[in-house]
Amino acid sequence: MNLVSKISLGAIALGFAVSASAVQAFEPVKPIDFVIMAGKGGGADRMARLMQSIVEKNGMAVRPLVPTNKSGGSGAEALIALKSATDKDHTIMVTLNSFFTTPLRQPGLEVDILTYAPIGRMAEDTFVLWVHKNEGINTFEEFVAEAKARGSDWVMGGTGSAQEDEIITNFLNGAYDLEMKYIPYSGGGAVARDLAGEQIDSSVNNPSEALGFYESGDVIPLVAFTDERLPFFPDVPTLRETGVPFAYYMQRSVVGAPGMSDDAAAYYTALFSDVFESEEWQTYRTDKSMLGDFLSGSDLMTYWEVQRERHETILKSSGDIN
Amino acid sequence: MDVLLHLADGILVALSPINLGLAFLGVVIGLFVGAMPGLGSVNGVAILLPFTFVIQQITGTATSPMIFLAAIYYGAMYGGAISSITLGIPGASTAVATTFDGRPMALKGEAGRALVIAALASFAGGTVANVIFTGAAPLLASVALKFGNPEIFALMLLAFATFVGLGGDDIPKTMISIFFGLIVSAVGFDIISGTPRLLLFDSTVWFSRGIQFLVLAIGVYGIGEMLWTINAYRYDMEMTKAKITLKDVGTSILRFREAWKGTAIGSLLGFFVGILPAAGATPGSLMAYGVSKMTSRDKSKYGRGHPDGISAPESANNSASTGAMLPMMTLGIPGSPTTAVLLAGMVIWGLQPGPRLFTDQPDFVWPLIGSFYVSNAIAVAVNLAFIPVFLWVLRMPFTILAPLIFVLSVVGIYAAYQNIYDVWLMLFFGIGAFLLRILDYPLAPAVLAIVLGPIAEPTLRQSLILSDGNLSIFITRPIAGPITIVAIILILLPLYGMIRRKLKNNGRGGLTV
Repeated sequence: MNLVSKISLGAIALGFAVSASAVQAFEPVKPIDFVIMAGKGGGADRMARLMQSIVEKNGMAVRPLVPTNKSGGSGAEALIALKSATDKDHTIMVTLNSFFTTPLRQPGLEVDILTYAPIGRMAEDTFVLWVHKNEGINTFEEFVAEAKARGSDWVMGGTGSAQEDEIITNFLNGAYDLEMKYIPYSGGGAVARDLAGEQIDSSVNNPSEALGFYESGDVIPLVAFTDERLPFFPDVPTLRETGVPFAYYMQRSVVGAPGMSDDAAAYYTALFSDVFESEEWQTYRTDKSMLGDFLSGSDLMTYWEVQRERHETILKSSGDIN
Repeated sequence: MDVLLHLADGILVALSPINLGLAFLGVVIGLFVGAMPGLGSVNGVAILLPFTFVIQQITGTATSPMIFLAAIYYGAMYGGAISSITLGIPGASTAVATTFDGRPMALKGEAGRALVIAALASFAGGTVANVIFTGAAPLLASVALKFGNPEIFALMLLAFATFVGLGGDDIPKTMISIFFGLIVSAVGFDIISGTPRLLLFDSTVWFSRGIQFLVLAIGVYGIGEMLWTINAYRYDMEMTKAKITLKDVGTSILRFREAWKGTAIGSLLGFFVGILPAAGATPGSLMAYGVSKMTSRDKSKYGRGHPDGISAPESANNSASTGAMLPMMTLGIPGSPTTAVLLAGMVIWGLQPGPRLFTDQPDFVWPLIGSFYVSNAIAVAVNLAFIPVFLWVLRMPFTILAPLIFVLSVVGIYAAYQNIYDVWLMLFFGIGAFLLRILDYPLAPAVLAIVLGPIAEPTLRQSLILSDGNLSIFITRPIAGPITIVAIILILLPLYGMIRRKLKNNGRGGLTV
């Protein structure tokens, strides 16, 4: 009883808190199904819950966002859940790059990501190459030399298989003639832990995942896979500076169910643009070294198209799809 | 003593009226959530996370919301035992092992005693864990980091070995049960290769998300147990005669020392398993049960209402839940699903969990540790006070109780996963479990396997990638080596016993081969 009454009280309070100024063609009439395309505790999950709490704290929506984790099949479960959603105007989803790779790797899903409603891109998460301080490696050049010398004894840990981290690892192996061994983990937290415990030799964690061990001095950032240096790590060069023009990002976007009405999409775009502008979100973005402007509508669609093509090329060259 | 001063300060902050009130509220909510089948601490904490912003705004500190959530976590560990014992449905995954002996003891008419043992063992486990946590948190964090994939796999092997080496039970049937659990746990997406396995139907939705642990556990212990009881008491529906007076509760408290051994094993083992990454309270409680049974002199009494069979898992799950806080706070890495949500909360309140938390945020850390002690005391008091209410549930005739168990199981699974297919699967497992039980298969090993399989399999394969397929990695590493050797000895022990018995029989019986 306690739980239920509290939640409904909260919902009522929220209803009153919303200002009457926003006149819109669409307003949610029931709780919004907020699907998370990943499991509990990961980067996408943390971010989704942060968005939910920003909405709640500032009373931005008349109805609450109800997060549900659908992590099955590298996000296939979530994509299908949106595709088959009965109430398309009340079903939205937080996505990452598996939004591009999963439909490519599982054509049987018959998912066309361009049919999903573009609501807003909230950030682009960044990737940084990390090593343990005990390796005695301080620059990317030293890393390449050492990894080359150790051949397949150099172990890179990363999240998942044929996903972001392995894509970057494959790229480094190809571009610098390395033979690093890649070990897949179920999440970025486990990778960070095993690097700090020297169970693996390097990782390409997102800054948000490695920050704790960076601040304690256990791990050292060597190179960022971005176009510009990250403000948080001004002394860490980008891979581009070392002469190889490669940058890779993880999208953090919100999408609507395929077939969502334009009015509803406009409502959610306005909502998440408010979330994006909020102080809490901006602080989080800066603290965790994320980049990327807010994108919506046709801009976001174009971004998806470009990313889908890029991932198709990457997966084809690694032999994960034909 | 620096630590004791910090702790004293922390407890004082935790005892301030608002924090005390929040701890009390959290414990009561936790007890309720824990006792509801399907809902566990993770649901309670996740649902109430947004509510903590209100608390933070009122109190202006991150400590109070965290005390509230930690109290829910604590309370849920106590609450899980309640439905495990009174209804035979595990209230939460962490309380599955409690049903093994808690339910039989309740069926013998000693539900009150079982509940008292569970409450006191939980208190003991929580207290032991709190003391270790207070004294050695940063030190233990560095020990946990030494556990890489080969070490964790060796530990999982040890866990399986304790179940095989239990003796008493039929070993081939135990092995079949373990393999069944492992197969079930392998369904879904394989993280190493990124490909789907054992999908059965060419469906992307059904089995691709894997078979959730609670689906099997509630199927086996909720539905299966209910069918079993209906079958066993076909002619005698008034099965439970749970009369209880305050005096009985008093006697049970005095008799608690009969469960001291399980409590000791559970408290220490639980904490250790809890601090290990990826483990958490569920494997901790199952392993504590296994070790307690293995080291016991009267193994045959386990599964029939042995006091240690209740105290071991119950002390372990409380101890492990405190233990799981340790890597979350000191390394920024959650050891269990619930601590993953707590971690998200800390990030939102503007804290950076990680190696620097203890030095950078003493005003947050010590009151929180203080609140562990306070919440633990509140939880045991509330729990003992409510035992007569729980027993009242038991006095209901089984004709009312059976439909109640059915409804709670179905609703619980749906609440946990919001998917009707999980409900069907749970019913399927329930009927299957009932049939297997008639054939005398032990089901606990299957449950253990489905919990440990998803930890054991990836760590085995990650280790083998590391060693280029060489199995010696489990023997040559300094920590993994001894654990592996002990595990192998334990697995071979019953085999040795079997051969010896056979030789003896042959010697006596002459021409029997």
